[in-house]
Parts: sequence; structure tokens; C-alpha cells
Amino acid sequence: MRRRLLAWLARRREAEAWALLGPGTLWMIVFFIVPVVVMCAYSFMPRGTYGGVDPGFTLEAYARFLHPVYLVILERTFVIAVLTTAFCVLAGYPVAYAITRSGKWRTLLLFLVVLPFWTSFLVRTFAMIFLMRDTGLVNSWLMGLGIIKQPIEMLYTPFAVFAGLVYGYLPFLILPVYASLEKIDPSLLEAAEVLGAKPAARFWRVTLPLSGPGLVAGSLLVFIPALGSFLTSDLLGGAKGLLVGNLIQNQFSTARNWPFGSAASLILMTLVLVAALLYLRVGRERE
Amino acid sequence: MADPVVELKGVSKSFNGTQAVRDVSFAIERGEFFSMLGPSGCGKTTTLRLIAGFETPDADGGQVRLMGAVVNDQRPYERRLAMVFQNYALFPHLTVERNVAFGLEQRKTPKNEIGDRVRNALTLVRLDPGTFARRNPSQLSGGQRQRVALARALVLEPTILLLDEPLGAIDLQLRKEMQLELKSLNKQLGTTFIYVTHDQEEALTMSDRIAVMSNGRVAQLGTPAEIYENPRTGFVAKFIGESNFLDGRVLGPSGGLWDVQWGDTTFRVPSANGVQPGRTIRIAVRPEWLDLVRPGHVPPGENALCGSVRDVIYLGETMHVVVSLPGGTDMTVALRNEGQLINPLPWRRGDEAVVAWKPEDCQILEDE
Repeated sequence: MRRRLLAWLARRREAEAWALLGPGTLWMIVFFIVPVVVMCAYSFMPRGTYGGVDPGFTLEAYARFLHPVYLVILERTFVIAVLTTAFCVLAGYPVAYAITRSGKWRTLLLFLVVLPFWTSFLVRTFAMIFLMRDTGLVNSWLMGLGIIKQPIEMLYTPFAVFAGLVYGYLPFLILPVYASLEKIDPSLLEAAEVLGAKPAARFWRVTLPLSGPGLVAGSLLVFIPALGSFLTSDLLGGAKGLLVGNLIQNQFSTARNWPFGSAASLILMTLVLVAALLYLRVGRERE
Repeated sequence: MADPVVELKGVSKSFNGTQAVRDVSFAIERGEFFSMLGPSGCGKTTTLRLIAGFETPDADGGQVRLMGAVVNDQRPYERRLAMVFQNYALFPHLTVERNVAFGLEQRKTPKNEIGDRVRNALTLVRLDPGTFARRNPSQLSGGQRQRVALARALVLEPTILLLDEPLGAIDLQLRKEMQLELKSLNKQLGTTFIYVTHDQEEALTMSDRIAVMSNGRVAQLGTPAEIYENPRTGFVAKFIGESNFLDGRVLGPSGGLWDVQWGDTTFRVPSANGVQPGRTIRIAVRPEWLDLVRPGHVPPGENALCGSVRDVIYLGETMHVVVSLPGGTDMTVALRNEGQLINPLPWRRGDEAVVAWKPEDCQILEDE
């Protein structure tokens, strides 16, 4: 009797674990693993005339991606993602640092960082068009103040895409960095100070290394979506600013080349994975 | 004191209008083991932080002097002190070795010296460099972390070492061991130790002198014996060890002593400041200086108060007998435990008993 009870309890615990893991796991299997497997299969099949794929096996899609036209797009995407991440780090870290030291203003400032999320990303990106176009706010103010005579061309340039991406992803850097800065025990900085460390030395030798995990997490949260972004470049970048994200989107919509779109997606995914792993490894070695 | 290494002159510090330290003055001699003792919120840690430089005295809040120079406006990194923190404050991202080397690197010690000095410091605090140098703080026990924190401070060969309740988080056995070790390091190195604690036993064990603090002030400053045997105020008598308190009115002189009226009876006290006919005074007597006798057996010349035994408490080394006196006052008498199994105390609850003590064992307390 007792043994049966124990066995039932053990089974029950297992059942509990499955019940907790179940919904999330199921979701990921249906909406992530299955599509990736399907995409992987499609990328090796001939394209169907009106979209979709025909049965068969071919490496055509991958071969096509190696064409310079597409490699240039890939390069442009990486450059803009790296620049976006770098700028977010430079601009976001000081903000996160200031928030940890802002005392009673802390809650308000954090609220302000999260505030843009209250509006849809699409609406916010459209708003940038109104700011940056030739007759937009920035140009009309600058001209009104007499600083410039001709409007500066901003919209439909790589700068516009860069600005849009930084604006969109900056909070994703600030929040994790803030979280790790906030956890640093103030007595560590006092210890460093008694040991003779001036403010700059305290930052480089204590604060920065201890906020490393937040910085790594934050920059990945910016870099990865920036690599795959298409909305920002679509609206702000114009024809010259095509990114891999736009390329993929086009293949599934107007170009109707599903195998090529699938191959491009998988290549991008692999590159992101490799880049992220390298980055994490370098980060760990430096610790 | 000819040449104090630390001197506080009328130092005050307020936080948002609340005075944490009020007009504190003392001087600490080179090589001294100086403790600041008091309950939490008494200002001991703030005083230590004023010496370290984390806090600055109020605008008209006196002077902090190190080696004779006023350092009120110096930052901690300019003061060249060393400090051991309550929670150790080891850098979690650095190995033991790099933790200990941190201060040397900041003070621009030649690189070829650092390795040797780190190893020596670890050996000094009895951590084997071969075993521990490469470990991370997270791989150490509380006691080992404590030793690393100590090594990190001592490696700088400081004149003054500040310690903020460094043994608070260590278990009793190890704490007693570390107390003796700290004391012997103090004597061996000649470093001035300034030690903050709320543990009176710890302060008595280690210190050359103790500043007992209360409400931001120094209530009494003296050697452990002075503090324990001659507490100046009721607070000191209560905070350090145990005491019995009696309030009475001075009647007049009697044979070199003074008669004091207490309830229906009198006892005698030695002369002291404030002992004048008509004045109400408060005296304290340590439990171990009291004796318990049967009625009619009071030794000649001793003070005696009659009561009945209310409780007998077994404490191991000693036995406490609580005696209820008329008027509701309790007095605790400490008697040596001579073995309750073979030689039990002859006192039972309800026994008639007389508390007796020598008049010179009365400590006359000042008003607080």
C-alpha cells in the first residue's frame, strides 16, 4: 500500500513537471521547431512557379545567395547591426548607470525608458518619417533657425535606418545593463576606494566587469533583432538600403521564390548563432 | 598621548537632520587595538566611516586628523588606510590572488614585488597560497573569505587598519579563534587596529581601549577593566556585562563612607562625585561581586538587603540566583558553579536570603 502511494507520488511529481513545461514547450514546437524544419526542407527544393515548392532536391537557392548582389546586402546588414549595437552600448550604458544613481527618480526614469513600448513599433517608425523627411520637423526647425539653407537629406539613407534601429532597440540594452549595475554591492566600490582606486579605476576595474553579463545580454538583444529587421529599413531605408530581412520578405511575397527565401533565412540564422556564440565565448574568456 | 595616529576633535555628522555622531573626541595611539562598542544605531559605524573618509563631518562638525594632519576633505583613496568590511566585500570577478593584489596595483607597487607580497600576506593570515591563490571568492567558506579580506588589507602594510564588525557572520568557535588571531596580528605587526563591534565580549577580549558609544556620543572611554569595573553611566553598566541597579538618597557621612537610604533600610557607598547629602544617586553592582547569605550571617561592615529567592538559573560556569527585595526590586547574584550534581547550591525558590556586598564594590553612576 505504502509503496504504491510513493510510486503514485513520484508519478505525480513527474506529471506536475510536464504540466508546467507543457504549454510553453508545445508552443515552441508548433510555432518554432516545425517552421524551421519546413523551411530547411524548402530551401533544398526547386521553386514552384506561383510560389511554394516543387518536389525534388537542389542546392540552387544556396548557390544563388553567393552572388555578389546578395553578399553586399549581407555585408550591409552586418555593418548596420554592428553599428547599431555599438551605438546603443555607448549611448545606453551611461543612461543605465545614471538611472542606478538617480535615487528617488529611479522609478520615473525606468518608466520613461519603457514608455515607447506603449505604442506600436510601426507607428513609431512612421513617426520617424515625419521627423526626418525634407519638410519634416528637424529640417524645418534647422532652416527656421537659419542654421541650414537647404534641407539635409536624411530619409531613405542608411543613416535613417541606423537612427530608426537605435531608437527602436535602445531600451533592450538599457534594461539588462541597468539590472546588472543595480545588483552591484556598493561596498565593493567602497572597498576599491579604500584600496586606493580613484573614480576612473573603480569604474574600469569593478563596475564595468561586474556589469558585463548585462552588457552581453543587452547587446545580443540589440544585435540579433537588428540583423533580422526589415520594417525599419523598409520604411526609412528606401531602395538602396535593402537589408537581408527585406530580401527574405520579398522572396516570400512579391518574388515568390520560397526556396531562396528559406535559404536566406537559414543562412542568417546560422550567422547569428555563430556570432552570438563567438561573442559569448570572448565575454567568458575576459572574465 | 604624544603622537596620536588618529584624532577626532568634536566630530559631528548628521544625515537629513538626524545627528548620527555628536561631538565625538578621542585620540588613538600608534599600535593600539581600539574598539568602538555599542548597540546598532549608536554611531560607531558612522564614526569609522568618518575616519575612513566615506563620510565627511558636518560643516561645523569638528576635525578628523590622521598622523596629525586634518583630513576632513580627503577622499578615502587619498588617506592610505586599510579596511575590512562587514560582508568582506571581496571582488567576485577576481581570484583570491587578484583581490589581494588590487590595492598594491592601485598604489603603483612595482610589478615584481606584487607576487611575493601577495603570497606573504596570504601566509600571514594562514591561507596556503598554493591552495587558495587561484580560487574565486565564491569557492571559499565564510572564515576563508574573512582571511582573504584581511590579507587584502594587510598586504598594504597600513599604519591604520579599520575593521567593521568583521567577525559578525562567522560561527562562534571560529570567531573566538579569529579574535585571538587579530589580537596577535595587532601586536606582531604594530598596526593600529580600529575595531567596530556590538559584541561586548569581543571588545573586552581584544581591545587595549574601548569607546562605548550610545546615541552618537562616547559614553565612556577606557581600558576593558576600567569599563567593566568602573562603568560611568547606567548605559555602560547595562551594555557591558550584567549589573544590579539601586536608586537611593544620600543621608550623610559615616566612617569614611556615606549612608544611603533605600526603602526602609540603608546601605553604604564610598565617596564619589555627586555623593552629597540629600542627593538621589543610582548605584550599580556586578552580580559576581554580590554574596548570598542566611539572615544573621552578614559579614561585618558589608551592605545587606533582605529578600527571598525567586529563581535559580543554571548557566554552566556560574549560577544566577535572583532575589526579590521588598518594593519589587530584583537583584541577581552570581555564584560559582561547584557542580550541581555533587555539590548543589543550598538555595531553593522561596528561601529567605540576604544579598551582601562590600560598600567599595558600589559603582556610583553619573546621570546620562
